[in-house]
Amino acid sequence: MSEGDTTAVSATGGEPPPSGNLLSGPQPNVAGAAGYPDAPPRVGFFTDTSVCIGCKACEVACKEWNAVPEDGLELTGMSYDNTQGLGADTWRHVAFIEQRLPETGREPGGGHEGFDAFEAARNLGTSPSPSPSPSPDGAISPVSPDGRTELRWLMSSDVCKHCTHAGCLDVCPTGALFRTEFGTVVVQADVCNGCGYCVPACPYGVIDQRKEDGRVWKCTLCYDRLGVGMEPACAKSCPTDSIQFGPLEELRARAAARVAQLHAAGVTEARLYGESPQDGVGGDGAFFLLLDEPEVYGLPPDPVVTTRDLPAMWRHAAVAAVSLAALGVASFAGRRR
Amino acid sequence: MAECHPVGFQWVMEAKARGAKVIHVDPRFTRTSALADLHVPLRAGSDIAFLGGIINHVLSTGAYFRDYVVAYTNGPVVLREDFRDTEDLDGVFSGLDAGQRTYDNSSWQYEGTEVQAASGERDQEYDKRTGGGSSVSAAGRGEAHGSGGAVIGEGEIERDETMTHPRCVFQVLKRHYARYTPEMVERICGVPQDVFRRVCELITENSGRERTTAFAYAVGWTQHTVGVQYIRAAAVLQSLLGNIGRPGGGILALRGHASIQGSTDIPTLFNLLPGYIPMPHAHKNEDLDAFVQAEAAHKGYWGNMRSYLVSLLKAYWGDAARAENDFCFDYLPRLTGSHSTYETVLAQLEGVCKGYFLMGENPAVGSANARMQRLGMAKLDWLVVRDFSLIESATWWKNGPEIDSGELRTEDIGTEVFFLPAAAHTEKDGSFTNTQRLLQWHHQAVEPPGEARSDLWFTFHLGRIVRQKLAGSADPMDRPVLDLAWDYPTKGTLAEPEAEAVLAEINGHDAEGEPLASYEQLRPDGSTVCGCWIYCGVRADGVNQAARRKPGGEQNWVANEWGWAWPANRRILYNRASADPDGRPWSARKALVWWDEAKGEWTGHDIADFKKDKAPGHRPPKDATGPEALSGTDPFVMQADGKAWLYVPSGLTDGPLPAHYEPQESPFPNLLYEQQRNPVRQVMPSRPDNRYQPSGGEPGSEVFPYVATTYRLTEHHTAGGMSRWLPYLAELQPEFFCEVSPELAAERGLEHTGWATIVSARGVIEARVLVTDRVPPLTVHGRTLHQVGLPYHWGPSGYSTGDAANELVHLSLDPNTHIQETKAFAVDIRPGRRPRGPAARELVRAYQARAGIDDHTGTEP
Repeated sequence: MSEGDTTAVSATGGEPPPSGNLLSGPQPNVAGAAGYPDAPPRVGFFTDTSVCIGCKACEVACKEWNAVPEDGLELTGMSYDNTQGLGADTWRHVAFIEQRLPETGREPGGGHEGFDAFEAARNLGTSPSPSPSPSPDGAISPVSPDGRTELRWLMSSDVCKHCTHAGCLDVCPTGALFRTEFGTVVVQADVCNGCGYCVPACPYGVIDQRKEDGRVWKCTLCYDRLGVGMEPACAKSCPTDSIQFGPLEELRARAAARVAQLHAAGVTEARLYGESPQDGVGGDGAFFLLLDEPEVYGLPPDPVVTTRDLPAMWRHAAVAAVSLAALGVASFAGRRR
Repeated sequence: MAECHPVGFQWVMEAKARGAKVIHVDPRFTRTSALADLHVPLRAGSDIAFLGGIINHVLSTGAYFRDYVVAYTNGPVVLREDFRDTEDLDGVFSGLDAGQRTYDNSSWQYEGTEVQAASGERDQEYDKRTGGGSSVSAAGRGEAHGSGGAVIGEGEIERDETMTHPRCVFQVLKRHYARYTPEMVERICGVPQDVFRRVCELITENSGRERTTAFAYAVGWTQHTVGVQYIRAAAVLQSLLGNIGRPGGGILALRGHASIQGSTDIPTLFNLLPGYIPMPHAHKNEDLDAFVQAEAAHKGYWGNMRSYLVSLLKAYWGDAARAENDFCFDYLPRLTGSHSTYETVLAQLEGVCKGYFLMGENPAVGSANARMQRLGMAKLDWLVVRDFSLIESATWWKNGPEIDSGELRTEDIGTEVFFLPAAAHTEKDGSFTNTQRLLQWHHQAVEPPGEARSDLWFTFHLGRIVRQKLAGSADPMDRPVLDLAWDYPTKGTLAEPEAEAVLAEINGHDAEGEPLASYEQLRPDGSTVCGCWIYCGVRADGVNQAARRKPGGEQNWVANEWGWAWPANRRILYNRASADPDGRPWSARKALVWWDEAKGEWTGHDIADFKKDKAPGHRPPKDATGPEALSGTDPFVMQADGKAWLYVPSGLTDGPLPAHYEPQESPFPNLLYEQQRNPVRQVMPSRPDNRYQPSGGEPGSEVFPYVATTYRLTEHHTAGGMSRWLPYLAELQPEFFCEVSPELAAERGLEHTGWATIVSARGVIEARVLVTDRVPPLTVHGRTLHQVGLPYHWGPSGYSTGDAANELVHLSLDPNTHIQETKAFAVDIRPGRRPRGPAARELVRAYQARAGIDDHTGTEP
């Protein structure tokens, strides 16, 4: 999505009405549910890790724009990942997964017979690229000197998921965490009192307290940039469009097409993560295309909003309270006897 | 490419999304390999064997593009009878003077032409071509052909269109590469034969009339004692496959800095003037006519060199440059030999070179044999460093390794060091020229902080003040400075010179002061002014064409309204070759430019790199010279014969065809020839600081059993001046590390994230250890070879620190370009940290003794 588009779409408005359940399950209109009557379409990130080259431009652009402090100089030995994970001082994190795999014998990528690159070039930016047809001639030999297994180096840029049902926001007692008109979740540093309730409430372990001041920090999806029609800094800086920003509905459609394209090219392990409104957090505002199980990337396989059971808990508590009350009444009644 | 050029790599990803296959050939599995369809690890320093193997495959299977080769290359040209190939002389070409380490290239010439010297020694022909004058020692001029090929002798070239003549280039090529078999490739490079065959198939299937293949190389390819021949091997292959001058083809040099192409076009090199005009040598009584006579080509656009040079002299000296004073040609400095960066260091050590400017360069970390760089600077009278931070080249006198070892004491160093903070590109106007010859203008966004100033500001005001100080001098030596046209408008409180005024001077103007639109308008009589002939047109119509930013979606796919490319805004060089000899596109899907018979002109998607109205059937008259001598089927208009060169009769110092030689230091003997190394590589005088190691089967070579290579990481930039001082970048790669395989770690007891000490005959460094499968052991010459990967960004200063990999590297250079061999050398590696203080040098000396190294070792031809 190019700059200026957020303002353009905000004019169109028109989200479906909010559903009743505010704590879990599908919620087609998060901003509406949060009380914005004419909210612009919900926006988010689609991070396509199959084209991530691990350049970390997103990490640097994020820090530059948001003035996030440096996070310590430590050579971790975890491949080229010296960032280690998301935290108060790291709002984008590129994971590097270096693995030996059994040889698949499958040809990566695809062929291009019967495909006119110049026609495609003329249409570039106006139509989605057609999916390449599989190559007619056998597989590329995987590199296996000395009987080695195939080497794989996965790269993936992680970020706050901006959940449909955000546990952090639900538990925040001060209102420092709030849902924006774009459907994103943002912390207001000047309101946060450092209670830290939100930290264990995040099912992804994203939000984090800064040791020096006790307050919590995380990705704002560049709320200040969205407000003036600019895309977030990380997406802007991504050279291969691994990080794509836009209206969530559009991103979901694009992601589905990309998965189909990869499957057609034989990359059957491509799958989406966090895109489904049916999942434990009602779908993520920032979702991913992964090439393996989420655990491989250090992502929880089945995240559930920590406040999902809150209504049930309240019901249980209410039942308990009623029972207690009944018990008390009964005991008094008994005494009278 | 993803590793060092992530922004450019987006286009590779774009191509991949549209079905292109990406092959990555690299000793290491990098971020590029992760996204490639096929990664081929090979032994560092064995690329010519690999490329030669592909050339052999193409020639022996008939996969070359025959019509293209016959029409547009010198394949049919017949060579002289006395030429002897490496096939005949076991690894060397005819004309070798082993004692002088030079080739006499007379036997390399085409049958029927006069002798023409290699570019490096072109000046040796000065006597013959001008009929007088004395010759001086040679200065390599490999870069002198950045805008076209070398001069060849005059005469009628003998051709055999059937390419069956035993002495024609094509047949010579076939015989030369016949020994580069898949078995040889496997044994030399460590690339299994099935993987190698797959590479051959992918490249040949994707080349020809309907398809094209591009080669992209990071400039690491040039950092070998046979660096130029690496590129030549790719050029031979691409010419055979018809992949030059066509969309999707070419050989793309991924240059190491944002505008390093610009700094060779308008050079910072000692041996070039703007636009690749050679720098004159110190001859007695050489005037402008004699220079042009000696240097200009007979045929092609270099035939107009006088126009380019006179227009340049007019730009330098303005009204002072007049016909009667040879347009101040005498004011140009003269070369007395090679004055390349490494020879300058030797001159510093000898006390000859006394002053040094370092502008955006950190040789104390980034140049080969970093120790010699520092020792040289310690002998200077003065040193000026202009950079963003206090880089090692500005602080070696207080915290360099020689201070630690006690070899230098700060109080004994006489060098006066001036540090002047530099402005970043966002703090000044200017242009970047990228590898595609594309100029893109950038506008100043903010004022530079504090005392930081742009290079333009510094250079202009330095010149202004020097001229003030010399004003009134009667010394003729000062005339060239005092007569300079040095009056640029300035702006703002900082008196920043107007960058666009410089661009206007580069573009040039006519006698009326009107901006020129094309170098074809340049005149030899002093009526035109032009600072760089190949950039002529960048400000056509008085408009800064480099500042154009029309989005790709709003123009055709060639996008020639984005920025401006030299020459004449052509986006693909030599694109006449995209059409067949009759002027029709080779195929519809690869159409780029073509001849429009009705209009009588070349037309198409790109701007034709050809005279617009020269018909395909045009044959020049016998006495034609310069561009007029090119026929309608000579697409390579900067070449002296209009053809792509499969074979180089002149222009190179080290042979007309690429041949595999082992690096200066290699654990292996050369399996292809008796000749171990490039016989004419430039070996520096063997000093105690620059000892070479034994190679191949020589005793002592086992002391340094591993091949090492240096490289860059995405997170840092070259010697670190732009990245190690920045917390946001430093935290991403916080420390110097080496990369080794699990097998090597086991063999030498190296622990993951522990310390390793790496030793060569020049120096010793320590690095943290990353044990990774990404640097796999290879089977070379039937045994296991381990390689050691060394990113070269670090030094002792800055926010992120570490030892400099360049402490290990020797000074044995490519003879054409004087570029060091940082990409393949031999080392030993051991666990633990390196010794401190004087013990560090002791360790190096102990290794030298163990390997039996003396001043003769490794210096044999």
